[in-house]
Amino acid sequence: MNRLFYIGASIAAVVILMATFAPLIATHDVTVQDLANRFASPSADHWFGTDSLGRDVFSRVVYGARVSLQVSISVVAFSAVVGILIGSVAGFYGGWVDRFLSGYVFNVFLAFPGLLLAIALAAFIDERKVLAYVIGEGGADAILGLFSPGLFKMLLALCAIGWVGYARVMRGQVLKVREYDFVQAAKALGASNMRILFTHIMPNSIQPLIVQASLGMAGTVLSEASLSFLGLGIPPPAPSWGTMIEEARNYFANYPHTLFFPGAAIALTVLAFNFIGDGLREYLDPKQRTR
Amino acid sequence: METNDNNLISLQDLQVHYRIGGGIFSEAKTVKAVDGVTLDIRKGETLGLVGESGCGKSTLGKAILRLTEPTGGKAFYNGKDLAHLPKSAMREQRKDLQMIFQDPYASLNPRMTVGQIIGEPIRTFGLANGGIDARVQELMETVGLSRRFIKRYPHEFSGGQRQRIGIARALAVDPRFIVADEPISALDVSIQAQIMNLLERLQAEKDLTYLFISHDLRAVRHLSDRVAVMYLGKIVELAPGKDIYAEPLMPYTKALISAVPVPDPEIEATRERIILKGDVPSPINPPAGCRFHTRCAYAIDACRTTVPQLAEIKPQHFAACIRINADNPNIHANHEAGLGALQQK
Repeated sequence: MNRLFYIGASIAAVVILMATFAPLIATHDVTVQDLANRFASPSADHWFGTDSLGRDVFSRVVYGARVSLQVSISVVAFSAVVGILIGSVAGFYGGWVDRFLSGYVFNVFLAFPGLLLAIALAAFIDERKVLAYVIGEGGADAILGLFSPGLFKMLLALCAIGWVGYARVMRGQVLKVREYDFVQAAKALGASNMRILFTHIMPNSIQPLIVQASLGMAGTVLSEASLSFLGLGIPPPAPSWGTMIEEARNYFANYPHTLFFPGAAIALTVLAFNFIGDGLREYLDPKQRTR
Repeated sequence: METNDNNLISLQDLQVHYRIGGGIFSEAKTVKAVDGVTLDIRKGETLGLVGESGCGKSTLGKAILRLTEPTGGKAFYNGKDLAHLPKSAMREQRKDLQMIFQDPYASLNPRMTVGQIIGEPIRTFGLANGGIDARVQELMETVGLSRRFIKRYPHEFSGGQRQRIGIARALAVDPRFIVADEPISALDVSIQAQIMNLLERLQAEKDLTYLFISHDLRAVRHLSDRVAVMYLGKIVELAPGKDIYAEPLMPYTKALISAVPVPDPEIEATRERIILKGDVPSPINPPAGCRFHTRCAYAIDACRTTVPQLAEIKPQHFAACIRINADNPNIHANHEAGLGALQQK
């Protein structure tokens, strides 16, 4: 493990702790406005100052970590599961299944500019209608009740394209691992296809996806901020870092602290997950170790 | 070839052809990895299968077990044609037909413990009466591993020990026939002897039949009752082990045997070795006629056009060469005497 990995892991740990213990760390209520005290500079009372509505920026940055992690963890988890399943099927069955999935479906999705599709989906999709169509009205309300407002739509928009990366890596891995002798041995011993796939091929294939997932975390934090910045993400007054930057946009020339702190939070978090991803890649693939 | 009670496995014109390439700009080519092998494996024997790398030995072994799908011909076991059994019926047959792999590092799932590895087939076929672990430990002792190792992972073992795990796994289903695909070539010499002795002991104890694939002619001589020599997808010579080493008939077999060093420096310094010209031709475009004619010192024009058939030249000694027959078995003498293509009896 290199030094950058530890730096990344430490920053990520701070962000995760911040998100988990946000109510204990935050110094003010994130939604309470104090119009008499707008744009206050950082002080002992307001560590990061206050924003255009007099809300405490520090507390909002702390709670923003929650939004960011909620979105990125669920997007990465969901995309990875879908991608692993589809990629495994393509790699394991080969033949026309693979030609259709990897030759056609993967490429179509990869040809889309990811964020653009996410913006389009977030702007036009009514997630309640989609869910109601699939599982009925009652089920749709029950599922949406589990998520905070806007989160499910964002999940949908970001996973729509996110799974392809995992599927492609997984397919390549499965193609490689299925030729190993122990897979042949399992076949010779009468193991079923499902057993071969799930107990022999998959556990030996997912290592590179760990790297993919940590880099994916970084990408998703950024995508979430971008969507929220465009007003397509988590709706205000929930404190998303992207929303905070959007709100600060008109005033940052005079009150840079309103933009600086959420911006720094995004930059540090993305950097942290990228460091972790690179560190893991180096660790898992000794051939790339340079030192 | 009639089905004979002494035969456990009976191959008839077994083929494995792959198609490679073939797109808009290139024509598809066919690799004839195994090209029409007819061979009987007798109950309780060890049939050695030798040949250079890439001649199709491993593919033949895997095709019998349907780890590679045969594309033509038949493979009879117990009166059933394995090559054409439906998948579910084939899975049932796998209890009787097992394989030991070449690379003991690649043939064990690194994320499973020894107990899980050996126990898997027992679970699949529901073979344990009594606990699975007890059966696994019994198997471990059979192959000379301590039963304490049951919870360990493959990376904690040496190559020889891993090969024993692979053997225990193959034995777990109580098979009758085992394809041993170069089981010792990845091991140290001292370990090779141990594994060979283990294979011999197991054969005697459990009445096993082996197809022993190897390019190590000394190991094959040590273990095999009969030896088949393969060249570019075809069997070119088949004989009892002693005969093939004492009196090889085919020029290819002679060259193979002369390549084995003699562990005596005086003999080694003076003996004459037959060195073949060039490499094995590609199985994508095998030579017409006798496939060996491109490298054979005795090749005549007829060899380029006539495909030689396996014929009994001496009792129990078969060879595929048009320049020898039962009356004139010595190709060198035939060559000196100027004999051309001979009529087979």
